[in-house]
Parts: sequence; C-alpha cells; structure tokens
Amino acid sequence: MSKPATVEPPANSASPLKKASTYGATSRPQGGFELFSWYFFRITGVIMVFMVIIHLVIMHLTNDVSQTVYDFVAARYANPFWRVYDLLLLTFALLHGLNGLRIAVDDYVRPRGWRLLAHSTVWMLAVAFWLMGTMTIITFQPGTTTGIQNLFGLLK
Amino acid sequence: MYRGQSGMFSWLFHRISGLGILLFLLLHIVDITLLGFGPAVYNDAISIFSTWYIRIASLFLIAAVLYHAYNGVRIILVDFWPRGARFQQAMFWTVLLATIVCWVPTAVIIMAPCFQAGNACK
Repeated sequence: MSKPATVEPPANSASPLKKASTYGATSRPQGGFELFSWYFFRITGVIMVFMVIIHLVIMHLTNDVSQTVYDFVAARYANPFWRVYDLLLLTFALLHGLNGLRIAVDDYVRPRGWRLLAHSTVWMLAVAFWLMGTMTIITFQPGTTTGIQNLFGLLK
Repeated sequence: MYRGQSGMFSWLFHRISGLGILLFLLLHIVDITLLGFGPAVYNDAISIFSTWYIRIASLFLIAAVLYHAYNGVRIILVDFWPRGARFQQAMFWTVLLATIVCWVPTAVIIMAPCFQAGNACK
C-alpha cells in the first residue's frame, strides 16, 4: 500500500517472450515517447471500450448485418454526430492497433534493417489507412460517387 | 505478475486478439471506402457479410473484441488501483466470464437469421 504496484520493478516478471516488453502492468516507461505511448494505450482503450461496444450493438444487435447497406449509412451520416463518432473511432482504433503492432515488432524483429523496414511499414499503414478512412467519412454524399474512386480512376 | 499461468495467457490472448482485431480493422477501412464507389458497388461487396460463414467469422472477431476490451480494463486496474495487482488473477477469471456472458447472446442474435425463413442469411 505504501507504493503503487505499478512503479515497482517486478522481481520475477517474465513475459513469455521478452522481459523488457513495454506491454503490461509492471513496466511503465520512464519517459519520452514510450511513456506517451503507454498512456495513449490506456486512454484510448478506456474510451474505446464504450465506443466499440456501442458500435457493435448498433451494427450487430439492434440491426442485422444484412440491413447495414448503403441507404442505412446514408441515413446515419445525415447526422454529423455519427460522422464525428466514426472519425474518432477510426483514429483511436487505428493508432491504438498500429501502436500495438509496433510494440510486437520490437519484441520479434531483431535485425536493425528489418526492424527499420517494419517500423516504416507500420507508420505508412497508419497514414494511408487514416487518409482512406477520413476521406470516405468526410466526403460521403448519398447518390454521388465524387469520393475516392476519382483518385484511383477506377470508375468513369 | 506473470508468475502464474493466468498472467501468461492473459498476455498472450491480449496480443493475439489485438493483432487479429487490427487485421480486421484494416479490412474494414477498405470495405467502408467502397461507399465512395456508389450504392451498387458497396451493397454488392458488403453482401458477403450476411453469409453464414462470415457471420461465424464475425463471432470470432466479437469474442476477440470483448476479451481485449475487458482484459484492457483489468490491465488498467492493475496499473492504477493500488490493490489491483493482488486481485489480478481473480480479475482475469472475471474477464473470461464477462466475455462469455456477453458473447453467447450476441452469437445467438447474429446467427438467428440463418435458422429463420427468408434470405437475410445467405
């Protein structure tokens, strides 16, 4: 009780793969980006417990998957609240998830060159998928196809 | 923290479920992007989510999401609640129980259309 359990280095901590993993309750980083990352996981995690469960209830319980078609999205996105909701959920989920992938890379990818490549890939995925998602949520207008397909030139 | 078996399994399940959810998230961003191609393309593409086999796949995803969410809360309690570490094992069993309790009715509701007349479940 004298000291929070979180700051005590565990005497016999042994995650199955790596002792110095940044994951888990017993290894709060001392500072810098890793400390920011540690808090980022926890803050976005708590927010997403609620946001994701609400998302699942709406998309899988109060509606059947077969009902969540284009017109369903159009009705939903007529209200800017749901666009903001989805933008936040996209941002939190993507950064939380890819940051988790980054930690996994640190655990499993040892050679410097491969690790640099893996880290670069993680951040490129973050930028590419965040742009794709935000562009879709922001530009969606029912009945028009002025969004992403022009970028790719796939449809005339 | 990781002395007992539950600590190791909670860690391993957390990582596997997290990476699985991330993989789905990337797929999900791609399928949502199809909205920009208009109703015909979008509705045609997402009709696969109504099939019985993708419904079953979605049950795995939902189990992963529920476990990851509840176990994340457990991790945070161990981090910030002074007595959290002492109860971490009890909380792990609570996480598993809560996951199952939420997952079973969800699975029933998602699979129900496959046992009913009509073509909601292809």
